[in-house]
Amino acid sequence: MKEVSIQELKDKAVELRQAAVTMVYKAQSGHPGGSLSAADIISALYFKEMDIDPENPKWEDRDRFVLSKGHVAPIQYAALALKGFVPYETVNTLRQYGSPFQGHPDMKKCPGIDISTGSLGQGLSCAVGMALAGKRDEKEYRVFAMVGDGECQEGQIWEAAQTAVKYELDNLIVFVDYNRLQIDGTTDEIMPLQDIEKKFEAFGFETKNIDGHSMEEITAVLDEIRESENKLPKCIVANTVKGKGVSYMENVVNWHGVAPNDQEYEQAMEELAGGLK
Amino acid sequence: MSTTNAPIAKKATREGFGDEIVKLGKENKNIYVVDIDIGKSCKTTAFMKELPNQHVNVGIAEQNGAGLAAGLATTGKIPFISTYAVFGSLRMAEQIRQEACYPFLNVKIACSHGGLTPGNDGGSHQAIEDMGVYRTIPNMTVIMGADYHSTRKLVEQAANTYGPMYLRFTRDAVPMIYDENEEFEIGKAKQLKEGKDVAIIANGDTVYLALQAAEELEKEGISVKLLDMHTIKPLDREAVVECLEIGKIVTVEDHNILNGLGSAVSEVIAEEGKGKIKRIGVQDRFGESASYEKLMELNGITVENIVASAKELLR
Repeated sequence: MKEVSIQELKDKAVELRQAAVTMVYKAQSGHPGGSLSAADIISALYFKEMDIDPENPKWEDRDRFVLSKGHVAPIQYAALALKGFVPYETVNTLRQYGSPFQGHPDMKKCPGIDISTGSLGQGLSCAVGMALAGKRDEKEYRVFAMVGDGECQEGQIWEAAQTAVKYELDNLIVFVDYNRLQIDGTTDEIMPLQDIEKKFEAFGFETKNIDGHSMEEITAVLDEIRESENKLPKCIVANTVKGKGVSYMENVVNWHGVAPNDQEYEQAMEELAGGLK
Repeated sequence: MSTTNAPIAKKATREGFGDEIVKLGKENKNIYVVDIDIGKSCKTTAFMKELPNQHVNVGIAEQNGAGLAAGLATTGKIPFISTYAVFGSLRMAEQIRQEACYPFLNVKIACSHGGLTPGNDGGSHQAIEDMGVYRTIPNMTVIMGADYHSTRKLVEQAANTYGPMYLRFTRDAVPMIYDENEEFEIGKAKQLKEGKDVAIIANGDTVYLALQAAEELEKEGISVKLLDMHTIKPLDREAVVECLEIGKIVTVEDHNILNGLGSAVSEVIAEEGKGKIKRIGVQDRFGESASYEKLMELNGITVENIVASAKELLR
């Protein structure tokens, strides 16, 4: 954990959003909506909470991050580029031949990726394996995982959840990016999640519910969890807005996996520069 | 059709895995077993009792077991996922593809109940497609040992060789062919007989049948080259090419004739443009409840059929 002010984290979130949108714009391909909903959490994790070292990405005592909703790779790549895991110019190469920034996170090609993801529902199981190894080896590291709300329709998420509780993985922190949209429509239309927080609680997690765009709330909940002494894995349901920060993308289903055109890109960069309203 | 009157020692190859993994786990603290509730029948109970800190049981949740194993592997562990072949291949195939093969992680899948060996469990439990499924995924190695001792050696090699691997064992007891000092190398066929008239390439529980068939053929003056092709991927291409000097090949496997050993050998034959093959295996049909022996007979996986197929090629 680093001492960083809330304003600095907000500023980083602006840079992250701009980098992610730039990536998708240059590639004319990718997933901006979910990248923007996750941006503030990613800022808090990468620039304050996680102990990681760009000079030594495979440092064995590092905190791990698993992007189970792998299609929002641009926002994680933005963090890796800003932290110096890869040269910043890599943002110009998303989804191109030879790029470390594959369409979905690839641990073989990109430093700082702890596990390859892209097929939904699977990353949380991998995070459980990492957290379990940490416990067995008496390591101090923690494992942060981010799952999508639509992704929680996969049964494997709940298989992983029950395992995390059985093995008392209090070193596992799961964020649900609850933006309420998926490719075909709202989560309520496609497959209602009911009370996602209560579901995790019923599985035995310690749960929290926050505004996933309030840096104050994100950092406060992370402070609280860091001090927690129970043996429960943690789940933070982060209420977010898909496309957050770009007015025409906000809460619009179609911006799940579409790239902006020149004019849209210009507008997005301008709006993002002003920070969240 | 036993060639000797002495009783033949038999042991299920799942016992070979169960015994070897305990030995390996004691030597190397990074060896883990990930059980999916059926540890008792997959023979991992001793491991669980003796090495609880290296053991995980995820319950009846194969997909999670696969992902968890991948997570363990990223930290340097060497997890052996233990379940039945039908689940260890098909139920977790995509998880293994995405989280073990694609990132080339050191995950092993060690499965009992391969092929027709779970006879009376019926067609739902007889894994006849498993080796074919994994043969088509990049980075994967696919192995089935012929007996107890060779299985132990191959499990040991798997533990000491980096990369995702699928190992398949028998539920039923099968005859012991090798003594405990025999050495095996993943990807390298074991030659059991040198011959010049016909080549038989078998793996797993059919190697003993092939051995008996070879002895029958020899009695009739036919010289047989016999290979135990325990690894079907990577296939020992060189060994198959050597068989092409004979040009007449019979393959035998307790697996669907599609995409297993016979298919792998056929690919080499076709590419080399010479040689003839007869494939013996499960006839692209589901099984049913019956004894293992009866099911093998129904599919023509018998000593008699191996002998007849060899003679047909020689005609």
